[in-house]
Amino acid sequence: MSLRPRRLLPGFGLTLGYTLFCLSVVVILPMAVLLWKAGVYPTDQLWAAVSNARALASYRLTLGCAFAAAVLNTIFGTLVAWCLVRYPFPGRRFIDALVDLPFALPTAISGIALTAVYAPTGWVGQYLEMVGIRAAFTPIGITIALMFVGLPFVVRSVQPAVADLDPAVEEAAAILGASRWQTLSRVLAPQLVPAALTGFTMAFARGLGEYGSVIFIAGNMPMKTEITSLLIITRLEQFDYAGATAIGCVMLLGSFVLIFGVNGLQAWWLKRQGAA
Amino acid sequence: MTTRRAILGDLGALSLLGLTGCGGSGSGHTLRNVSYDPTRKLYEEINHRFVAEWEKKGHGEWNVEQSHGGSGKQARAVMDGLDADVVTLGLALDIDAIASRAKLVATDWQKRLPYNSCPSTSTIVFLVRRGNPKGVRDWDDLTRPGVAVITPNPKTSGGARWNHLAAWGYAMESTGKNEAASTQFLRQLYKNVPVLDSGARGATTTFVQRRLGDVLITWENEAYLARREFAEDGLEVVTPALSIRAEPPVALVDVVAQRRKTVEAATAYLEFLYTKESQHLMGQHGFRPSDPEVLAVEFASLPTPRMLTIDEDFGGWPAAQAKHFAEGAIFDQIYEPGS
Repeated sequence: MSLRPRRLLPGFGLTLGYTLFCLSVVVILPMAVLLWKAGVYPTDQLWAAVSNARALASYRLTLGCAFAAAVLNTIFGTLVAWCLVRYPFPGRRFIDALVDLPFALPTAISGIALTAVYAPTGWVGQYLEMVGIRAAFTPIGITIALMFVGLPFVVRSVQPAVADLDPAVEEAAAILGASRWQTLSRVLAPQLVPAALTGFTMAFARGLGEYGSVIFIAGNMPMKTEITSLLIITRLEQFDYAGATAIGCVMLLGSFVLIFGVNGLQAWWLKRQGAA
Repeated sequence: MTTRRAILGDLGALSLLGLTGCGGSGSGHTLRNVSYDPTRKLYEEINHRFVAEWEKKGHGEWNVEQSHGGSGKQARAVMDGLDADVVTLGLALDIDAIASRAKLVATDWQKRLPYNSCPSTSTIVFLVRRGNPKGVRDWDDLTRPGVAVITPNPKTSGGARWNHLAAWGYAMESTGKNEAASTQFLRQLYKNVPVLDSGARGATTTFVQRRLGDVLITWENEAYLARREFAEDGLEVVTPALSIRAEPPVALVDVVAQRRKTVEAATAYLEFLYTKESQHLMGQHGFRPSDPEVLAVEFASLPTPRMLTIDEDFGGWPAAQAKHFAEGAIFDQIYEPGS
């Protein structure tokens, strides 16, 4: 008789081995190669590549636009998820499927389509131009493109959380005398925040690295509308592998710190909820 | 969990796209020509004729695969292992990189074929809107306030490097070889550029379809193509008095062709580009045939600017690259904050 506790599902060794193997080959290996490549070049060359004015401007732009897009997506994506789960209406399944479209569409196609719509001569762009807003070839255009690619992350994260909400809880809150606002802020929101945070993180992270959908609408002006991914491509185009690798590492570390931070925030939130 | 499924779906879609990217080849032998953007239609016709002739000579069944993209990107793909038997790129610098960095092409490649290994050349011209409303005639018109100029980013586009150098050549002549004044001229010019697309084709789209800008600086062949394809827009080609001879070269990728045992066919393919038949085809597609007789026929009615050359006026590509497009060089100085 073994003293080890019995596991409900057999094959832990096999599945863990498979998990580690997959993660190593698919995720860790390319990252390790990137860092290893960076180690080959002299440090001052790497530092010069990541710390010049153009690179700094591109980080500000990329972070700013990805953050703005992720915040807007978190608000509207949560609304979309709520609407899709809670209200039956004709065509709901169709709209539900539509949400995934940005996942499936090649990003270059969405980029070209968005530019066509928001360019000063485009369907929407010409009206924006009338009220003095230029969308395409400015940070606004970049944010729009990032909202497009990021929306499904939020909707798909929040949807199951909304589905898990028991309407009886809301009824109970109402019976106990909570106003609509109190129900929303004290009863519903706390249960949705972790899922919304997950969606936010994924949309944000995706926005940081996005290239295809942004490149056509961005305008690519140095110091103004040049995203970090373009800077990497620019370096590669000059066969400057050191510079490209260095900026790539900055993106990698930045994204990692970000995801780690939000995961920590989420854990803290859940703990607080449990304690309350 | 729904999220996870969605992400898996995303990965699935990506890998599917990846697969469709590598088109399968039919039976028989294949020859792969890795080229740059504007030559797609030209090589479709040339390949068709080459295969017919090559098979007629009793070499069995052949098929020429084409791959197109930005010149620099294509060069990197070949260096990273895309099997190309021949490369036909936008500038010699890109083939030099394949030769010196990846050592796939012999370093003396440019001497192996006639006319510096360029079966055709082109030059840089302006494309303007119907009736040329801004009255653009020459390079200094591009620096006037209120003239919006479309040109791609020379850091990412081979075509844009020719544009930049042609403008520089004009500025140097008109300022008596004053480099500071010439840099200032380019700074004025780039101030008029509202969008720096990453490639030449993207810039054409911005100008023609998004209707942004008053002038597009582009290859002559691209300008004639755009004028023909968008005839209803009444676009006009303006040839400046001074421009640059754009020399898109071709080369056998020795190492790959030897491994794939295609040296004979690949060599014949490159030689085929110099036949009268191919030369005429190039002329019809807006490229200037290197054969002077064919050029005289095909370009009889078209204006020819005085053309600077990369070797004589700029000291070759490595020198031009270091002076203008390397990190911190003239193009970067133009965009430095506060400049």
